[in-house]
Formats: sequence, structure tokens, C-alpha cells
Amino acid sequence: MQIFPCPFCGPRDEREFHFATEAGKPRPEPADKVSAEDWAAYLYANEAPRGEAREVWLHLTCGEYFVMTRDTLTREVKGSETLPGRRA
Amino acid sequence: MKRYSALTLALEGLKNHRGWRPAWRKATPAAEYDAIVVGGGGHGLATAYYLAKNHGLRRVAVLEKGWIGGGNTGRNTTVIRSNYFHPESVALYDLALRLYEGLSKELNYNVMLSQRGMLIAAHTPMQMEICTRIANAMQLNGVDGALMSRDEALERVPLVNQSEDARHRLQGGIWQGRAGIARHDAVAWGYARAASDLGVDIVENCAVRELLIENGACVGVETDRGPIRAARVGLAAAGATPGLAAQAGVTLPIHDYALQAFVSEPVKPCLDTVLLYLGTGTYVSQSDKGEMVFGGGLDRVPTHGQRGNLPAQQTVTSGLLEMFPAFGQLKLLRQWAGVVDVVPDSSPIIGPVGVPGLFVNCGWGTGGFKAIPAGGWLLAHLLATGEHHEISAPFDVTRFARGRLIDEAAGSGIAH
Repeated sequence: MQIFPCPFCGPRDEREFHFATEAGKPRPEPADKVSAEDWAAYLYANEAPRGEAREVWLHLTCGEYFVMTRDTLTREVKGSETLPGRRA
Repeated sequence: MKRYSALTLALEGLKNHRGWRPAWRKATPAAEYDAIVVGGGGHGLATAYYLAKNHGLRRVAVLEKGWIGGGNTGRNTTVIRSNYFHPESVALYDLALRLYEGLSKELNYNVMLSQRGMLIAAHTPMQMEICTRIANAMQLNGVDGALMSRDEALERVPLVNQSEDARHRLQGGIWQGRAGIARHDAVAWGYARAASDLGVDIVENCAVRELLIENGACVGVETDRGPIRAARVGLAAAGATPGLAAQAGVTLPIHDYALQAFVSEPVKPCLDTVLLYLGTGTYVSQSDKGEMVFGGGLDRVPTHGQRGNLPAQQTVTSGLLEMFPAFGQLKLLRQWAGVVDVVPDSSPIIGPVGVPGLFVNCGWGTGGFKAIPAGGWLLAHLLATGEHHEISAPFDVTRFARGRLIDEAAGSGIAH
């Protein structure tokens, strides 16, 4: 069992968390001017990094999204932080 | 190639089995090939075999970073089936099943295909309705599929939990009689032996570091044993495919997850079919050695490490015990995980990726083993002709921009 840190609730059991998406993917704007290819890339494309990754996770228990930095090979968790503009 | 037969086996027996030769050549990579296949799993080896067999290419290399079949091909639960929903998927998976049916003879290698049938078990009236829909779709798509009542299903799996207060009480389900299991290692070894016999260079312990890109086209690969050039490069490296494609500037819609499988200690024959419970997502078959081979859903944490996590182990194992409470007495012999490449619509990505000379066969997620002959057949067609086979065309990566997803998560209830 792994422990993940929620910036709002502290260290909790991994089963309380749900992976949402890779971090740092801005929504292309304005949406009605975006090509099908760019929109598909926004929706679907992933880096799937081998090693350090920054990801958006959902803490199901408190309902908050946050950014977690971890290593996808060793599974070491480096830390977590709130989304920009959100305070714990 | 020395042909295998009952006679050669008997003659070797008289000679204390001292006359067997390695099944494939340990090749040293040449400087240049007509086609390079990256990844020496089932899909890569099948690709090389069909390049030589169907298309007459002789200068072909398979580059494998470890050993043949040491990745997901040797790390799965060996189920083969074509009980999908969408016509495109059925065409793809049934091509694989038909090729599997003739594979032992084709390769002169016993892949131990056992078409013992598969039951997808439903537990609620609503699940029975979905099963009816899938069975109808299978029949419309021309593959064998039938709806089974509770009594018919219980005849197939009499040991299943029949108590009145079972959490998931069996109501019936879908039966595919041609489904079954095969010996996974033998599929890799059989393709390797047959491909090697046709002149394919199988190079083990040769990791591809990067793709060679010149003037916007892929012209080969850089390996830890030096550069190797080729007119066409095919990637069939499962979870390692996104990282390789990224070097050509291609970002694929893939997440990498670990998928676990489990084997119990061997017991006497008590389960002669493949059983999947819709209620728990756990599936199980009994190997020829008597072990219960079972698995279930993905670990929910993206990873590149070939290790499973504990929550998924608990979920899958408790699912097995819900199906067969008697199996609670069994000891778990071993557990392992492979890194699978999961695509949003649970269908593979086969085709060019916008870089001349580069083709992919990836995104099989949790179901790559059953598709090995078809994946190889179709990637070989792409590498030899540069064009899609009609069966692989719907699985082109451009389907995401066109909105033409082949959503088997919604269609046949794949649990990811």
C-alpha cells in the first residue's frame, strides 16, 4: 500500500486517489477556433513519461484536485501542491 | 530448419535428447535492413515472420532490449477470444483467432491452443440485457457467440458460487466456444523460430536508444550496439512505444499502467473453460499444469515499473473468491505485472504516425496477447506496402482527430 500526500488532508491511502491527467496541458482557446487535430491532442495526447512526472490527481475523499510529482518507474512520491490559484 | 514431429521427438528420446539445436539464430545486427521491428514480443516477432512469409522481405531485423517474449508476451493470462462489439474490432480480433487456429501447423511449433470456450457471466437482469446485445452483435459480425441461461452456464462452471446470498449470483452470460487459451511462450518462440528460418535476424539484448530522423523521415534506429539503418521502422514495444515515438515528435494518446496476473498452486482439473465475472472483473482459467491463472483490472496508478500494487491484488483476489469460495484454500504461487499501453477508446493504434518510414502497432492495453497474429499480419502489411490493410485502417491514429473512436469500453464493457 502506498501513501499519497493530499495538500488538503495530508498523507492518505492510495485507494483514496484517482489519476486525472498529466499536468501542464492548457486548454486551447478560443475553443471555436481550435483545429480538430489540436483539440484531439488536448483531449487525448499524453507524454507518459518514464521517470519524473507531474500529474493532476483527485482526492476522492475531499473532492479536491491537486498536482502530484512522482517517479513513474520507482513510484517514489516527490511531493504535492495545490492547483495554481488554490490554497490549502 | 529441423522440423519438429512425433517421430523426431521419439528419435531424440532414444539419444537422451542431445541432438536438439537452438530454435533460432542469435543474430549480430547488420548495418542496414529493409525493415526493422522494434520489440521482440509476440507482435514484433509475428510482424517479422509475416514480412518474410507474406511479403518476401528477407533483410528484416527484430530488435529486443531483453530476451524474446520477456515482456508482456510472457506476462499475461493467455486468453484468446474475439467477443467484441464493434464490427471493426471483431474483424481484427477474429483475424487473430483464425490465425491462431492454424498457428501450430503453420509454424511447426505447438502453441498448445486450447479452445475450451469462454463464459462472460452476468449477475443482474441489466447485465443480461447487455450480454444479449453483445451476443447479437457477435452473431451479426459473423463470429460464434451465444447467450446462455443460468442452467446452461452452471453446467460449464459447476464449482461457481451458487449460494442464495452470493454477492454476485450467476444469471447466465455470453458463450464463445472458439475462445480459449494458448501457451504464451510458445507463441513467441514459434514465431521466432519460423522467422529466423526465413532469414530474419532476431537480435536480443539490443536496446533502441533513439530513432534516426533525417529530413523529417525515420531512416533507422540508434541502438546500444550502434546505428542500424532501415527503409522502414515498425514499433511494437507496448509500454515503451510512446517514449520511442516521442523522439520523432509524435505524442500518442497512451497512458502506461501495470496489469497484474496471478497463479495459484496446482490442483486437479476442476475448471475446463475460461470464466469472466462482469460483477467483479476477475477472470480465471486452469492451466494444463493445474494452476489457477487469473487476473482482473489495471492498477490505477500510471507506471513504467513492472510491479503490481497491493490494492489491485486485493480486488482481483477477492473477485476470484467471490466466484469460487472453495479457492480460498489455494495458496498463491506467484504474481507479476506487465506495463500495458492503454488508449482512451480501449482499441489499438495501428498505422503510420505522420513521420515517413515510421509505423506503430501499439495501444493493445490489457488485451495484446490474443491479437498477436493479427497485429503482426497488419504491421507487416504496412511495413511492406506502406499502405493500410483494410482491417487496420479504422485503427489509424487519426481516428482521434476525426472523432471516429472504436470504443470497446462502451461496446463490450472492457473495464478501463
